[in-house]
Amino acid sequence: MSKKSFRQAINEALRQEMRRDPTVILMGEDVAGGRGGSAGIKDAWGGVLGVTKGLLEEFGDTRVLDTPITEASYIGAAAGAAVTGLRPVAELMFVDFVGCCLDQIMNQAAKFRYMFGGKARTPLVIRAMFGAGFNAAAQHSQALYPLFTHIPGLKVVIPSSPYEAKGLLISAIRDDDPVIFLENKVMYDEEEDVPDEPYAIPFGEANLTREGRDVTIVAFGRMVGLANQAADRLEKKGISCTVIDPRTTSPLDRDTILECVADTGRLVIVDESSPRCNMATDIAAIVAEEAFDTLRAPIRRVVPPHTPVPFATVLETLYLPSVDRIEAAVTATMAHRVVEKV
Amino acid sequence: MQIARETLLRSYRAMRTIRMFEERLHVEFATGEIPGFVHLYCGEEASAVGVCANLTDNDTIASTHRGHGHCIAKGVGVAGMMAEIYGRSTGVCRGKGGSMHIADLACGMLGANGIVGGGPPLICGAALSHKTLRDGGVAVAFYGDGASNEGSTLESLNLASVWNLPAVFVVEDNGYGEATGASYACAGTQQARAAGFGMPYIECDGSDYFAVHQAAGEAIAHAREGRGPVMLHVHLARWYGHFEGDAMTYRAADEVANARRDHDCLKLFRTRVTEAGLFEGSELDEVDAAVADEIEAAVVQAKDDPLPQSADLLADVYVRY
Repeated sequence: MSKKSFRQAINEALRQEMRRDPTVILMGEDVAGGRGGSAGIKDAWGGVLGVTKGLLEEFGDTRVLDTPITEASYIGAAAGAAVTGLRPVAELMFVDFVGCCLDQIMNQAAKFRYMFGGKARTPLVIRAMFGAGFNAAAQHSQALYPLFTHIPGLKVVIPSSPYEAKGLLISAIRDDDPVIFLENKVMYDEEEDVPDEPYAIPFGEANLTREGRDVTIVAFGRMVGLANQAADRLEKKGISCTVIDPRTTSPLDRDTILECVADTGRLVIVDESSPRCNMATDIAAIVAEEAFDTLRAPIRRVVPPHTPVPFATVLETLYLPSVDRIEAAVTATMAHRVVEKV
Repeated sequence: MQIARETLLRSYRAMRTIRMFEERLHVEFATGEIPGFVHLYCGEEASAVGVCANLTDNDTIASTHRGHGHCIAKGVGVAGMMAEIYGRSTGVCRGKGGSMHIADLACGMLGANGIVGGGPPLICGAALSHKTLRDGGVAVAFYGDGASNEGSTLESLNLASVWNLPAVFVVEDNGYGEATGASYACAGTQQARAAGFGMPYIECDGSDYFAVHQAAGEAIAHAREGRGPVMLHVHLARWYGHFEGDAMTYRAADEVANARRDHDCLKLFRTRVTEAGLFEGSELDEVDAAVADEIEAAVVQAKDDPLPQSADLLADVYVRY
């Protein structure tokens, strides 16, 4: 056990799985970086933010493959390699670039097994960074996990900490279905204690980061940390919160959410993706349908506005869910009083 | 190159099987009993069979929406295909894929594909698997002149060259992307495109099985030897519409009739092998009769086979969920 950053935790998961299984390969734009450059360095970047640094050195260029900037071909190649004997981990760099290769994910990899009557296995991982908070503006900041969650055949993972990232990525690589693994780019330098040995965190099993009696907060990825900060503040005001990190949006641990809502009677969902048809609306629908009678207040969603992600810091800060907004939503739900109809 | 007699016989049978399979579907589709979309491969048989005669089960192909010919040429069973097209649980994809998604990974058939340009990237991946696992396999993408303009295809030509993959890109140029002529939709030439990505280019007459076999043999050997990808440009004629029900008002009245008269790969094959004294006409007639029986049996069986059960709706979305 030692302190590791989110970046280091992901790198360690990749390294350990590549050691364990020779069919695991990496591919993506500049996953090594520097090939063909005048400096003659073949591992200049190790990923645009250094997440895959050093892997070329250990595993060589037959297993760490730099690609041209052509997402359709290499994401499609990763899908094709996955159904023919390899276990590729393809890096899409920014999830926004899925616009260049959605067919390969949505119509090919996700559907092979079903279309082919159960005869295909597609052990593919697509890693991509997502999220606002980096002044990266509208084409490099989206949180597109609802898009993938919508597509049957895909699994979707959103780690909320370095510990979670390592264990979930190991599960993703060992999984026999296509997995979209989304890393919030703001978190790469966050550190915590992470075991040195490999460990796998199962999909579809939510993590309760705290348990309380008044309000259930469901949050994803980086929002889990914000929800816990809000819960700390609220605790001092006498409001006790449960915080659920579902870890994966597909599969989704509906049971844990429903059980917690049954206990608290109040639900706040924190989701940094665009507000229409996102995880907050999905979970709100599930709870409204299956746990209506346990609710003591309307469900509240802490989400961005229905706009592209803005560039200027002042606007980007307004755009994102915040500790203040989560605290306000919880306070509002606590203030709600049910009026009995006569 | 001398082609073994048994290879010739197997190829003739495969071409005849494709022809009869498709012509029967043409008839059956008109009765309304076949659900969904069907795209027929008639007229193009020598391409799939001439290429696949150079492949084994260890090699991989990816196909197109017009995929029945590639499936049969690569060894997918006719009965399972027919049942699939009829949406039966006995189908090769258990009735969940249909005509456009027939696949059989066990014989290296990575699937027909409903997306134009869907196959070439997948074939880069299959070729990467062959290369990385050092199994000696080659991966072949069949795609049409329409798909040759897709970005995914052009990206794949580049990636295959950059990674020096054991891949062959077979452009089946039947002159039409749906209803639009290749002469309108394809800028430049396929040859110049291959050259642009630094890969060898071979073209051949797709109605001539021997020409396709020879050209594909060279292309596949080149890729198998680790010398990188090749483009094989096959000139063809499509005898039916883009899909069944297409009245083909965009084609001159005599175009298909001329193709059937002068460029029928089966007629040309028969003439060549009988004139060369390799086969008696009666031997080939026996094949035709056997294939006719096989197709008839497949249709009768498919119509009688069970439909999928309601539980099948939810099965096989994931390996585990």
